[in-house]
Amino acid sequence: MKKVIVKPKVLHNIPWHYCPGCTHGIVHRLIAEVIDEMDLQKDAVGVASVGCSCFNYDYFDIDMSAAAHGRAPAVATGIKRVQPGRLVFTYQGDGDLCAIGTAEAIHAAVRGENITIIFYNNGIYGMTGGQMAPTSLPDMKTTTSPYGRNVQETGFPIKMTEMLALQEGCVYAERTKVSNPASINKTKKAIRKAFELQLSRAGFTIVEILGTCPTNWGLDPLQAIKWMEEKLEKQYPTGILKNSKGDSVICDKK
Amino acid sequence: MEQVLLKGSEAIAEGAVLAGCRFFFGYPITPQNEIPEYFARRLPQVNGTFLQAESEIAAINMVYGAGGTGARVMTSSSSPGMSLKQEGISYLSCAEVPCVIVSIMRGGPGLGAIQGAQPDYFQAVKGGGHGDYKNIVLAPSTVQEAADLTYQAFDLADKYRNPVIILGDGILAQMMEPIVLPNEKQDFPEKNWALNLDKNRPRNVISSSYPIVEELEKVIIRLNQKAEIMKGEVRWDTLQVEDADYIIVAYGTSARIAKAVVRQAREIGIKLGLLRPITLWPFPYDAIYSLVPQVKAFFALEMSTGQMIEDVKIAIGRERPVYHIGRYGGVIPRVNETLEKITAVAKG
Amino acid sequence: MRQEIIFAGFGGQGIMLMGKVLAYAAMLENKKVIFLPSYGSEMRGGTANCTVIISDDEIESPIAENPNLLVAMNRPSLQKFEMNVITGGCILINSSMIDQHTSRDDVIKKKIPANTLAAELGNEKVANMIALGSVLELTGCVSKDSIILALKKSLAPRHHDILPLNKAALEIGSERVE
Repeated sequence: MKKVIVKPKVLHNIPWHYCPGCTHGIVHRLIAEVIDEMDLQKDAVGVASVGCSCFNYDYFDIDMSAAAHGRAPAVATGIKRVQPGRLVFTYQGDGDLCAIGTAEAIHAAVRGENITIIFYNNGIYGMTGGQMAPTSLPDMKTTTSPYGRNVQETGFPIKMTEMLALQEGCVYAERTKVSNPASINKTKKAIRKAFELQLSRAGFTIVEILGTCPTNWGLDPLQAIKWMEEKLEKQYPTGILKNSKGDSVICDKK
Repeated sequence: MEQVLLKGSEAIAEGAVLAGCRFFFGYPITPQNEIPEYFARRLPQVNGTFLQAESEIAAINMVYGAGGTGARVMTSSSSPGMSLKQEGISYLSCAEVPCVIVSIMRGGPGLGAIQGAQPDYFQAVKGGGHGDYKNIVLAPSTVQEAADLTYQAFDLADKYRNPVIILGDGILAQMMEPIVLPNEKQDFPEKNWALNLDKNRPRNVISSSYPIVEELEKVIIRLNQKAEIMKGEVRWDTLQVEDADYIIVAYGTSARIAKAVVRQAREIGIKLGLLRPITLWPFPYDAIYSLVPQVKAFFALEMSTGQMIEDVKIAIGRERPVYHIGRYGGVIPRVNETLEKITAVAKG
Repeated sequence: MRQEIIFAGFGGQGIMLMGKVLAYAAMLENKKVIFLPSYGSEMRGGTANCTVIISDDEIESPIAENPNLLVAMNRPSLQKFEMNVITGGCILINSSMIDQHTSRDDVIKKKIPANTLAAELGNEKVANMIALGSVLELTGCVSKDSIILALKKSLAPRHHDILPLNKAALEIGSERVE
């Protein structure tokens, strides 16, 4: 039988802890494929954050540093300033990036830090059991917004990637989703592009990826994909938010 | 050897540079601003990187990232900023990332005042952050020691794969004294655990995450065993303890004042001696306990309402009385007022 | 020999420089020395002050508890520190800025019109060096040559053209103190 797909080299062959229907696995695989294809296994450092993806330091077969909640961009900054030639990326959920880690993310972008943030947005805190996130949709029911997110009281869904894209040090910001083969391929291209820009020392890059959380959304995997496309994507339209390629934005830190 | 006139904060920074520190991440706060300012001038001259972070939290996490690569790295702050760094220090300790953290104490709690004080002994020595961990804490008392102990702190950090804290105060950071700088360090230890640039090693992970409790317990036991070994680094200094009837225990700037008190006490016939802990963790319990047979009472002089005194009490138990002497909030204890309190006890 | 000196004035009068240069000179003469600046809200508009302790023996406490000389470059400084000086100590006032000397009668009262003399030298900025010249005359704690050497070592070579002016200021300060 002909093998049409193999496990990427930089993924460990161990069971993952993600729930059925969760799309974190797809994103992990895409990152791994890109690192394989760019032949960067020995040159890549991943920074794990706190949230559902916090154990991915065991899944990627590359150097990893596990950061405190929200601090991954600061940790990545520390690594990158010592080793400017390496590929340094963070993997952060919406709670980690958009609530507790807002300052670290914004200022990494402000500095034009040559790192890439892979931002997995599913509009909810998964790891801690489905609490409201800054990204949760208006009227969305979560364990800490049991009557639905009341925007009058809790504010509006945060436009994090838009905020990051506004900063001059950010050279590339794209929002994608992982709901079907076409969008998955598009996501992979976005990750590759961000990594390439980082290695050319162009500046800060971010790829926001809309993903699912069937468990905490209370949906089955297929319903979750549908909800992601109908609801989450409506609030967070996919597309390129910033692409400075060709501009003179160079943030080389020596 | 040529003497240079340096501020305590400058001596700390230059001591670090001579020890091979090439990365500094910090955030402005008085009274330690001369440390980041010195690095901002100095590190570009030695191909290093100074980065002013957006907060103390970010700075300590940059230290985590940089230290994890094996680089010699430092941050510094003062009391309110040190509170913010505690989260990162807990992670650094558990992930065993060597680094040097300088804490220049000022009057607290809260925003407090910017003058030198010693109210953060507990924070540095007894934890500060969450979880079971121990960091070596060095307490320089002179500008010379500020340079020397910072210089040595990097070796200790690497030797034990552990954060080392330099605990000073606003007086030490601001005052200038002539000192002789140490030689520039040339040899550095291999760090096969680090995310270094060696492409032939297996991958490494820097992490404090141990979701399986039995694994975490093993890590804590190992860290605790390491702490037991680190206790061998205990250091202290003494002045006229041999015939002393009374002992004053003090560290840092308080120990400078205590020295003057010892001299003046002897002039009026009180046999006072000084024991100055140089390491606050490990604390010189045994050295203090060894003085119990000859000593009638102990005094703990500190610019706090009584923090180090608890360790003095642990050292001697209830065998002798221990009296606290101190001023607070940035007010500096006077030699004569300290002597009066000691005299009152000595004369019964 | 032990000198505990308070230099006080307002920001911009070169108070810290007086203390630092004196400390540097003392180091060059292999004396024990400590310089402690006062900092904080006082740096912003109020009085600026620093202390220098010079001694043949080890300096224990960095705090000048028994200052034997106060150099008051303006009136608020005199008011703030005049009571700190030990009995038998000395208070030197900048008589260009202070019209009335201390009311204490247990100290030696000295004055130097530092700003006036500096203006005569053509640069009011050296009022601090004139006062420092008076300090050297009153205490003999270091030599003028050491001060000049300290200035030379702490200034970038491109600023060495101001050394003769500073030397003149030191000399005038030591001659005219009364």
